This record gives sequence, C-alpha cells and structure tokens, in this order.
Amino acid sequence: MKFSEAWLREWVSPQLDTQALADAITMAGLEVDAIEPVGAVFAGVVVAEVVAKAPHPDADKLNVCQVQDGSGEPVQVVCGAPNVAVGQKVPFARVGAVLPEDFKIKRAKLRGVESHGMICSASELGLEEGHSEGIYVLPADAPVGKDFRAWMTLDDSTIDVDLTPNRGDCLSLRGIAREVGCVTATRVVEPNIAPVVARSNAQFPIAVSDEAGCPRYLGRVIRDVDLSAQTPLWMRERLRRSGIRSIDPAVDVTNYVMLELGQPMHAFDLDVLEGGIEVRRAHDGERLTLLDGQEVVLDGTTLVIADQAKALAIAGVMGGEDSGVGADTRHLFLEAAFFAPLAVAGKAREFGLHTDASHRFERGVDPDITRPAMERATELLLAIVGGTPGPISEVRKPVHLPQRDDVALSRERLAACLDVRLPDEEIQRIFRGLGMTASAPGDRWRVQIPSWRFDIAIEEDLIEELARVHGYNRLPVRRPQARLSLKPADEALQPLRRVRRHLVSRGYQEAVTYSFVSPELQSLLLPEAVSPTLANPISSDMSVMRHSLFPGLLKALMHNLNRQQQRVRLFETGLVFQGELDALVQTPMIGGLVCGSRDVEGWAAGRESVDFFDLKGDLESLLALGGCADEWQFVAASHPALHPGRTAQLYRGEQAQGWIGALHPSIRAQLGIKPEVYLFEVAQQAVLEGRIAAFQPLSRYPEVRRDLAFVVDAEVGVAPLLEAIRARAGEWLTQWQLFDVYQGQGVAEGHKSIALGLTWQHPSRTLNDDEINQLIAAVVDEAESRFGARLRS
Amino acid sequence: MDHLPALVNEASAAIAAAEDAQALDQVRVRYLGKKGEITALLKGLGQLPPEERPAAGERINEAKQALQQELEQRRQTLEQAALSAQLEAERIDVTLPGRGEVNGGLHPVTQTLERIEALFQHIGFDVAVGPEIEDDFHNFEALNIPAHHPARGMADTFYFDATRLLRTHTSPVQVRTMQTQEPPIRIVCPGRVYRSDSDLTHTPMFHQVEGLLVDEGISFADLKGTIADFLQAFFERDDLQVRFRPSYFPFTEPSAEVDIQCVMCRGEGCRVCSHSGWLEVMGCGMVHPEVFRHSGIDASRFTGFAFGMGAERLAMLRYGVNDLRLFFDNDLRFLRQFN
Repeated sequence: MKFSEAWLREWVSPQLDTQALADAITMAGLEVDAIEPVGAVFAGVVVAEVVAKAPHPDADKLNVCQVQDGSGEPVQVVCGAPNVAVGQKVPFARVGAVLPEDFKIKRAKLRGVESHGMICSASELGLEEGHSEGIYVLPADAPVGKDFRAWMTLDDSTIDVDLTPNRGDCLSLRGIAREVGCVTATRVVEPNIAPVVARSNAQFPIAVSDEAGCPRYLGRVIRDVDLSAQTPLWMRERLRRSGIRSIDPAVDVTNYVMLELGQPMHAFDLDVLEGGIEVRRAHDGERLTLLDGQEVVLDGTTLVIADQAKALAIAGVMGGEDSGVGADTRHLFLEAAFFAPLAVAGKAREFGLHTDASHRFERGVDPDITRPAMERATELLLAIVGGTPGPISEVRKPVHLPQRDDVALSRERLAACLDVRLPDEEIQRIFRGLGMTASAPGDRWRVQIPSWRFDIAIEEDLIEELARVHGYNRLPVRRPQARLSLKPADEALQPLRRVRRHLVSRGYQEAVTYSFVSPELQSLLLPEAVSPTLANPISSDMSVMRHSLFPGLLKALMHNLNRQQQRVRLFETGLVFQGELDALVQTPMIGGLVCGSRDVEGWAAGRESVDFFDLKGDLESLLALGGCADEWQFVAASHPALHPGRTAQLYRGEQAQGWIGALHPSIRAQLGIKPEVYLFEVAQQAVLEGRIAAFQPLSRYPEVRRDLAFVVDAEVGVAPLLEAIRARAGEWLTQWQLFDVYQGQGVAEGHKSIALGLTWQHPSRTLNDDEINQLIAAVVDEAESRFGARLRS
Repeated sequence: MDHLPALVNEASAAIAAAEDAQALDQVRVRYLGKKGEITALLKGLGQLPPEERPAAGERINEAKQALQQELEQRRQTLEQAALSAQLEAERIDVTLPGRGEVNGGLHPVTQTLERIEALFQHIGFDVAVGPEIEDDFHNFEALNIPAHHPARGMADTFYFDATRLLRTHTSPVQVRTMQTQEPPIRIVCPGRVYRSDSDLTHTPMFHQVEGLLVDEGISFADLKGTIADFLQAFFERDDLQVRFRPSYFPFTEPSAEVDIQCVMCRGEGCRVCSHSGWLEVMGCGMVHPEVFRHSGIDASRFTGFAFGMGAERLAMLRYGVNDLRLFFDNDLRFLRQFN
C-alpha cells in the first residue's frame, strides 16, 4: 500500500516529521518499506503562461516562445516540444534554476536565437518515469508566477507500507489514518460524504444468484457523461504518488475511491450491457476476455458479474474488455459490491493475476463502506465528466454479510498474557481509536468489533491489539522460570556433532547441497532410483528429490575442480528421499567424497593419489566411533554409479547401511571429471548407535604371539578369511593383525600371500606351547579346508 | 717408587691427550688396570721393608685416586663434547611445517545452527527434528493457515501433489512434538526449509531454527526476555538493542518481528541495514490457541511462545558474508574461511 504523506495528513496530522511518522506506523505493525520523495530535487521552477509562439528561423523542430512568468515582461525561450501552444500554463525553469541531477539552467543561444530558461516536461522534473512526450501542460487555473514545487505540494513523500495479510482494513487512506490516529492519539478527520441526489430515474436491474459469494451489490446509472474530459491534476498526482497510473476519469475515480476508502469499484459501459446484471457462478466452459486482453475459460467455482447474455467480469478480480469504459462511452453503470473473501480467494492467482481489487477482496473489504464509496465516486465523477445520476440500486443479504460477534476479554487473561495491568483509560482509549466499543469494565470487557476488522474474533486478537497500540517495547520483560529436571541421556548414542567433527579432523570440509537435484544427474548415477518430483520446481535441474547424497557431492566436487582445486575432501549430512510419495522413506545419511592427492601437498608429503583404502580408513574410523567397529562388514557388491571392482556395500550385522567405492570411470568421463573419485554414503542412525564400554580384567600372565603366512587364491577376500581364523583361534585370542599382503615374485601367479600376527593371553594362567600349537593347527586347518590356503614355509 | 711422580705426570698427560672414550679407557687400563703401571706399584709394595710400606702405599693410593679423578673429569668432558656434537648434528629446521592431514571444517550454517542449539540447550531446551517432505496438515492446517488463506501467499511452497509439499518452515516439528508430548515443552527445531524463490537474496532452500516453549503461566514478557537474551548472547553484545515490532503470523498471537540494532554500523545506518539502523532478524509470538487445539494441548491451562529465525541470515551478520548464494556453492575457498 503506497500513499502520499500529504494526503494522509489531510485525514490525520500528528506533530511528527516524516521519518517519525513512518516509525510510528511501523511500530504499530504496518511496516513501512520505503519513504520516497514524490518528485526529484529541483528549484527555481515557476508556473508560467506561453503568450506567443513563432517558428525558429533556422530549425524546423524548434519554436521561439514568449513566456510570462509573472516577474515582468515575457521572456524569450526556445522550445523543442511539439505540443507547446499559446495559452498553455507550463512549469518554467528560469535562468538560475537547478533541475534534477544538478542541471543548471543558463542563458543560451540555440541556433542563433537567445533562450532565457526552459519549459519543462514531466520527466525533466522527475514526475514521470522515462522520457515524457512534450512539455507538462498545467491546468488553466494554475497561478502564473507561483513557485511550481509549492503549488504542486511536491515537498511530499510516498510512504510504502508492507501490510501483513490480516490487515486488509489498512489498504486505504481511511484505514491508515485510523491507525495513525490511534497510535499517535491524534484526531482523525473523515471527509464528509453526502448522498448524491438522483436526477433521473434511470436504473439497471440487478440480481444476485450467489448470495453467499456476493451478499451486497450496489449499482448506479450515470447518463450522458463525457469521458474525454481530463482527470484533474490533483487527483492524477494523488494516484501517481500512490503508484497508480492515470487512465481516464472513470477508472481514475474508481481507483481514487479505492485508495481513499478501500472499496474496489468498477465502471461498465451501460450501452453494451444487455438486460440486467446478474452476479452468479460462471457456467462451465464460459469464456471471458479480461481487460488485460487475456481470454480465460471459467467454471462453476468462479463468481462472475454477468448480464443476460454473458459474463462481464470476474467478481472482485478484473473486468472484461468488452464492457469496459472508453473515451466514447456515453452512459456509465457504476458498481460497488461486497464479495466474500472465500468466494474470491485464490481466484486471481488461478488466472495468473494479482489486482488491487483481488488483493483487497481476498483480505476483506468493509461491508459497510459500499454505499459511502458509491456516493463518493458519483460525486467525484459528476465533477469531472458531468452526467445525470440515477438512484442507487442495491441487493443486500444481511444473513450472508460478515457477522461480527462481540468478543470478551478477561482482565485476568490480559494481565497474565502481557504480565502487566494496563490502566482502564488506556484500554478504553485504544479500543475507541480502533473503532471498537468496549462495555464498562468489570471482570471482563465486551468489545464490539467494527465492520472493517476481519481479523478480530477471539480474546487473543484483542490482547494483540492492546499490546501493539500500547507498544510492544513498553511491555515488561522477564525470563521464563521452570523446574530444573534432568533428562535421560543415551550414552551409547553418539551425537551427530561428534561424527561431523571426526570427519573435520580427518581433513573433510562440510558441504551443504540442495536437497533437489537434476534428474539427469540422478538417473546417470542411479538409473533405478525412485524419488519424488516437484510439481513446481524452480528450474528443471532442481526438480527431483535426491535419492542419495552422491549427486550433490559430485556437483560440489565439479564446482571446485573447475576452480583449480585439486585435492577435495567433502562430506555432507542430511536426508535422502527414497520411494514414491505414498511409500516414501526420508533417511538421514552421512556421505563423503575424496579426490586428488592422498597427502596435503608439502615438503614431506608423497605425491600419490588417494585410493579406495584411504577413504575406507576414514570411514572405518568413523564407524568405530561408537565402539562397534567389529559389527561392520564391507562386502564386495555392485552399484550403478561405482566401479564394479572397487565397490563395497556396508553392512552392520545383517542390515545393509551404505556404500563405498570408486566413481565409475564411464560416469567420470560423462561428467568430465579427470581424477579418480571415491565416495561413501551410510545411514546416520547405524553410525550413531554405539555401545557402552564394558570392563574386562587385565591379565597378569604373559601373552604369546605367533605370525603365520598363507598363500591363497588372489580372489579370496581377506576379511572372511580373517573372520574364520578368528573364530577358530579360541577364546584366548586377544589381538589379530594383518601385517602383510603380497603378490609378486615368490608367490605363484593368481595367488597372494597374507601374513597375520595372532596374540593369545589367558586371564588366569600362562599358556603353554602345546595349547598354542593346537590352536594354530586348528586355524591352519580352517584356512586350508575352507579357503584353499597353504601355509607358507 | 722413585719414578712415581714421573709416572703420574706421564699418566696425567695421557689422560689430557685422550680424544675419545676409547682412548681414555686405554689410558685407564695402562695405568690403573689390573696390569697397569700404578697397579703394579701397589702389587710391588710387598717387596718393600714393612716399615716403609704404609707410607709408600699411601702415596701410591693418593696418586691413584688423583688419576682416577682426572680420568673421571676427562670422561665427563669427552661425554659432554660428544653429546654436544651429536646435538649439533641432529639440529633440524623447526620452522618447517608439520607432517600430516590438515583440518577440514564445518559449514558456516552448521556452526551457526550448533551455536544456536547450544545456547538454548543451556537453558533446558531439547533439539527436535522432523521430515522435510511434509503434508498440508502439519505445514499449514495445524498452524492455523487453512486453504486459500492469504498467508499461504507469504511462503511460496514447493508442492509434490495437492497435499504433499516441502516444508516451508520447521514449525511442523513443533506440531509433531506437541501432538506427542505433554507440557512443559521446550524445543528448538533446526533444519532445512524450502520456498520457491531464487534471486540475489533468496535461495530455494535455507535453514531455520524455530523454538517453542509451552508451560503454565508463560507470558509475552517471557518471550521478550528469552529473545533479547538469545540475541545478545548470539552476537556476544550485552548492550545490543533489540526491539519488537507488531506483525502477523497465523500461528502466533500476539506476533512480533524482532529487529536488532545493526551489528555492522551499530545503528548508525549503513548499506546492510538500508540506513535504518535496524536489522530484522526473526519472528516470534505467543502460540495461537488454534494451533494448540490442532495439536491437542489444553489452551485454557497452557500458554506458550514460539520463534523462528533464518540461520543463513544470522550467519551472514555474524561472519560478514555478503552473498547468500555462497552458502550453497560449496566452494572450498569460501568454506575454508570458517575453519
């Protein structure tokens, strides 16, 4: 809502400067977004009259004018505007004037002819955007010699208020003035709106078939108008300062009344209406071409204004092209109606529209302002375009008009909510200022709610009104009190922040990537993945929910590789979205990625690239945080995004929990990623669930270590072999180390050598050689029989 | 016996001349060893007349002790020299950088979220989280935003179908918590939220922390105190001015926007605060009775307050970041600035 400060001050003028006034409005809950001067800075411009005009002797497009500026003899001015004419009143910049952007007017010679000043256009004075066609012609009664700024009241500001959707009542000068009057305790002067006496009996029939959608409809015929008349400058200026373009007198007047009183109105060309007005639901498939030229197809959910033949307008949104007024319109049918917010809600958006009318009707227009608005518009129109007004026709269904039940406010509740007792006089003053009537106070007030407030229905609404007008910042401050109580804390559950910090200390940088990804990238990585797709994405490459953290991590990697970052280690935590909407699982995951050199570049560092085992080592240390490392298994598996020979699926117990592997070389090629990339992704919950440590007594007896080396087929997985050996090595086995894996000279082609160190210790005695030898025999037997291993001599 | 002084002189010279531990030991063996020359003198005492023996023995022992002392001194000197030489040889350039991995870092948004969580956890709030794909009921209906409510236009929502959407705030977590827990409830709900808006100052995803306190006797004054304390603690400025501006959210009443004195210019007016001296940082209010009703809380017995803030906004103010979009580019040159 934009309005002119000077206009507001005609209603209510507190002793505050512009900024303080704006602050008061803001602190009442109507946030002032901007304060803009209504015109640019200039000085030395007066109202003048063009008294003579002759063609320039040496230039086709220039005229030599004589201008009377009230200071004596007319001055000579060379003017290039095509519309300059004798008798015009114009804004005239005298020699010495300073126009916007510090443009100084000096005596000049144009093609040999002296020029003493400049006749200005609207844009040259900052009164119009862009470039104006021709000079700014003022009304004939503009006083010659008067300072133009002062005469135009250009020392005014446009105040732009960003209203919250509950305050439809403030979408007018009337509403803003009421608020300002209330919060600054200043008297508000309402304009006097007198009924216009009908001077003919001309009426046009009105019928309302959807009474709930339109419980009040007023119409009036005004015959014999002259719409070629010009809207007066003062009204054009007020509209301009409120951000509304002047169109023609009929449209300007309806807009003016909307700004002033908050009632959107519409003017029809009476000659094109057939039979009578009907407010009804649209027929399915009914077509209407709107004022903006758009043709819409309607259905029964849309309320329309129709005549006997066709729909004329979408109620409360926009009029139709065919029935609109134009310069040659002779007779008007003027409409002012109350449309129920729910009948209008969402309709404008449905047709891709947002109009001043829909904005107001959706939020609620005062159902009692309909008639004053009609009278006001009639009065203003008659003054501009003449004509003969008929009587007002009205359909009114009180049962469907908004009911404003009294709202009770308990003294106790008010005091408890705000922690303060406001004086009764203050409460009464606030209610009065807001147009509410409160009964004499007892334990509670009964408050009558005015017709313009659609947002007051319960006690809390009244408490808010009192609090905000009294001033939030004048209300007391305290700290909440509560009983101190300990809460259960699961010691085995690792906090996510510990996991994050663990990765950080291993050199990973945390990324936060969008939860929606490009469907192309996702299906390149996970062709089978099913995840929800947005109906209204911001762009197609952010339209599908991520099924995995991989797409986002890879996108972040590419961003960095493209910026000469060679060593990238990233991780992210967040939800992935798996399955159709109806069977959706939203799972918190941890994912990471490494690329580039193993070590940070440095004087003591190697130059090798990272490999699978670097990432696996990081991941293992992460999985060990909860003390349950031995519950995890890495099982060779295949994943569409990963290298088939370098991929493992992660299991905790029997449950698959994630993946680790090298990005598939062909995907790398498609993404244009040159270096190898290793990724992992694992369910957060499985990582976070740990155990509580359980003490084992320390043995005082010596431990025995034996090293064994096996040769096995190269295909044999080390982990299952180790697991089997561990299982057969007896209960006294305390440590097992894999200290070498070797392929090459001395080991047959297609085989590998695996060297283990096994350590035993008995809790309460010394183990003897026979016992150890027996355990080793069992271990060797297991390795030989199940894995085809051969003990290396 | 007469050559004892000469022998001692000779031995002393040899001790002084020994250049290392080995040479010194040879000197010791030669004079004081089992077959050493001084030792031989002691052994030869028996050949002296008995009355001369004590005096001669004493002289020899004195000489022996003197030599032993010299030997010990020389040994220490040599050891000291050897150690010094070794230490000198082992000197390294301690200004060279250390070996191994350098630290990564947490995303600035995570740091901000954790900081906010910690401040509230200290006064007894729990952290609650919830799903990001939400339904219409939890994101709107339960929060007193029925269909076609103009407030739905306040947040441009990403939809999947008619009823399922990406949450536009973390308020649904509050609803879910109230549905399952009895007051007193004290929670903060951090997390990702989504709005279909993308320009210089909006990203389609960002992070919020919302808070909720429901108990008996909670008032607007409690809300003001909690919020002011939080903002002063967050910005580590106990003189930070905080003001409450009436506003509107369907799920709270009374509702307020919270402004702080601009942390960039201390209220003088600058580009960041649009020369107003104030920065809007969060919204808050008393929980609307309708929200209690939808969540199964007895509004005649309990009252509560709720608040919500954007983590990126606070991170930008705290760390001086001037472009919101940087948070989601994941550019290492940006991320590393917060390590």
